[in-house]
Amino acid sequence: MTAAAISTGLGSTGSGRAYLAFRARLLVAPAVGLLLATSILPLVATLWFSVIDYRLLTPGASRFVGLENYRRLLTDAAFLPALLNSVVLIALVLTISILGGLALALLIERATLGRGALRLLVISPFFVMPPVSALLWKNLLMQPVAGFLAWIAGIFGMAPFDWFARIPLVSISIIVAWQWLPFACLILLTSLQSFDREQREAAQLDGASTIAIFRHLILPHLARPMAIVVMMETIFLLSLFAEIFVTTGGGHASSNLAFLVYSQAMLQYDVGAASAAGIVAVLFANILAFFLIRAVGRSLDA
Amino acid sequence: MRARQASSLGMTALAWCAAFAVAFPLLWALLTSFKTEMEAASFPPHFLRFAWTLENYRVVMADGDYFASLRNSLIIAGGSSALVLALAVPAAWAMAFAPTRRTRGTLLWMLSTKMLPPVGALIPVYLFYRDWGLLDSTFGVALLLAAGNLPIAVWMLFSNFKDVPAEILEAARMDGATLLQELGVVLAPMALPGLASTFFLIFTLAWNEAFWTLNLTSVDAAPLTAFIAAFSSPQGLFWARLSAASMLTIAPVLVIGWFCQRQLVRGLTFGAVK
Repeated sequence: MTAAAISTGLGSTGSGRAYLAFRARLLVAPAVGLLLATSILPLVATLWFSVIDYRLLTPGASRFVGLENYRRLLTDAAFLPALLNSVVLIALVLTISILGGLALALLIERATLGRGALRLLVISPFFVMPPVSALLWKNLLMQPVAGFLAWIAGIFGMAPFDWFARIPLVSISIIVAWQWLPFACLILLTSLQSFDREQREAAQLDGASTIAIFRHLILPHLARPMAIVVMMETIFLLSLFAEIFVTTGGGHASSNLAFLVYSQAMLQYDVGAASAAGIVAVLFANILAFFLIRAVGRSLDA
Repeated sequence: MRARQASSLGMTALAWCAAFAVAFPLLWALLTSFKTEMEAASFPPHFLRFAWTLENYRVVMADGDYFASLRNSLIIAGGSSALVLALAVPAAWAMAFAPTRRTRGTLLWMLSTKMLPPVGALIPVYLFYRDWGLLDSTFGVALLLAAGNLPIAVWMLFSNFKDVPAEILEAARMDGATLLQELGVVLAPMALPGLASTFFLIFTLAWNEAFWTLNLTSVDAAPLTAFIAAFSSPQGLFWARLSAASMLTIAPVLVIGWFCQRQLVRGLTFGAVK
C-alpha cells in the first residue's frame, strides 16, 4: 500500500520545484515535532524508568537497578497471562470480525432491496464509544439472570450462562469484535463492488462453480483489503483498554499488556515495573508490526 | 429465471436479518432507554408493549455531570481535531506537492508511531503532566489525542491532495496566480470534501478515545467516556438510565458516521482501498 502510494506521489516532482524544498521542510516540521515529543521522547523516558527503582510513593529514592525490573516482571504471576491474553484477544477479534464481516459483505452485495439502509444498520456499532458498547453488552445482553442472551438461552431450554465469570476474555473479544466487524464488512464490501463483473460472467460461462469463483477470483481480489483491515485493527487492538476497564476491571483472566502497565503504575505505584512492562508491550507491538508489514507487503506484490 | 429471483430474494431477506442482528444491541438499548427500571429488568423482556417514558433522559440530563462531560468532550474532540488539521494540512500539502527525498521516510515514520502502543508513553506522560499541572485538563488530553490522530490525518490528506492533478496548480501559477490564490481558489474547492471527511474521522476517533481520556482526567476535564465508565460501578447499575446515557453519548458521532460512513471507513485505510 504505502510504497505504491508514495512512488506515485513522488512522480509529480518537477524540475522547477526544488526551491520549494526548504519551505516544505518548514511546513512538515511542526507535525514531526509534535509526534517526536509525544512518542519518541516518552519512549526514551520509559526506557530510563525501566532500569531504575522508582516508586511513586517514595519520591527521590530512585536508583539504577539494571534489569532488576525486568526480572521482577518476568517472574510476576500476572505477566505471562497478560501476554497470552493480548495474543488471544487480537486473534479472536480479528477472526470473528473478518469472517463475520466477509459473510455479511457477501450477503449485502447480493441483496437487491435497501442496500443503503443495510449499510447504516451495519456500520452503526463502529461509531459507538468503547465503554458504551462494553457496558451495554455486559449488562443488557450478557447479564446471566435477566440479560437478553439469558432469555434466548431459556427459549432453547439452555441454562443461563455467566459470561464474564466463566469466559471473561472471550466475552470481551466478542464485544470488541462486534465493534470492528462493521469496519471489516464495509471495506470488504467496497472491494467486492469493484470486482470486475465481466470476469465473473466469463468464469460462469466457462462453467466455473460459485465456490470455484469465490476461491480463485474473489478471495485473491480481497487479499489486499483484508491485509489492510488486519493491520488497522491490530493497531487499535494493541491499546485495548476501556473494554477491560469497565467490565472485569482486570485480573489474570482478562488483563492484556496495556492493562498490566496501567495497574502496575496507577494502582501499585510501581513505575519501574510498569515501565518494564511498557517496554515489553512496545517490543510485542514491534514484532507484530514486523510480521504484519511483511504480510501486507507480500499481498501487495501479488 | 424464477429460481434466480427467488434466490436473490432469499439473499436479501438473509442480509436484512444479519444486519438487524448486528445492530440489535443498539436497538435494544434504544428501547430500554424508554423503559422504567422495573420494566428494563423484567424477565422475560417486553419488546414494544410497555409504558414508554422519557424519565431516564430527564434524570440523566438533570445530573450536572452529563452536560459538563458533554462540554469537555466537545472541547477535547473539537480542539484536538482543529490542532490536527492546522498541523496536517501544511505537512500533507508540502509532501504531496513538493516532495523531497525524505518524504517517503517521513510518511512511513509517522505511520510507524501509530504502531507504538500508548502504554509505552503512559508513565512519562503522566508524571510530566502531574509536574506541569496538565493532569485533568482538557488542553493536556487534547494535545495527546491530536498527536495520536496526526498520522492518520496526514496520510488521508496526502492521498487526497495527490488526487489533485499538479498540472492544474501549475497552470494557475502560469496564469499568474499568487500562492494564496493557488491554494484558496484552485486547491481548496477540490480538496474540501477530503478535508471535511478527515476532520469528521479524527473528531470521531477523538470523541471515542478511551485510553488517554480515562487515565489523564478525573473531575474537571472528564469527558463522556469517563461519564459512561462511572456506570460500571456495581451500585450504579440502572439499565434504563445506562441506556439513556449511552444514547445521549453516542448520538452525535453516530449521526456524523451515518452521513459520511464511506469516507470515514475508507479514510482509515489511508487511501489504500478506493
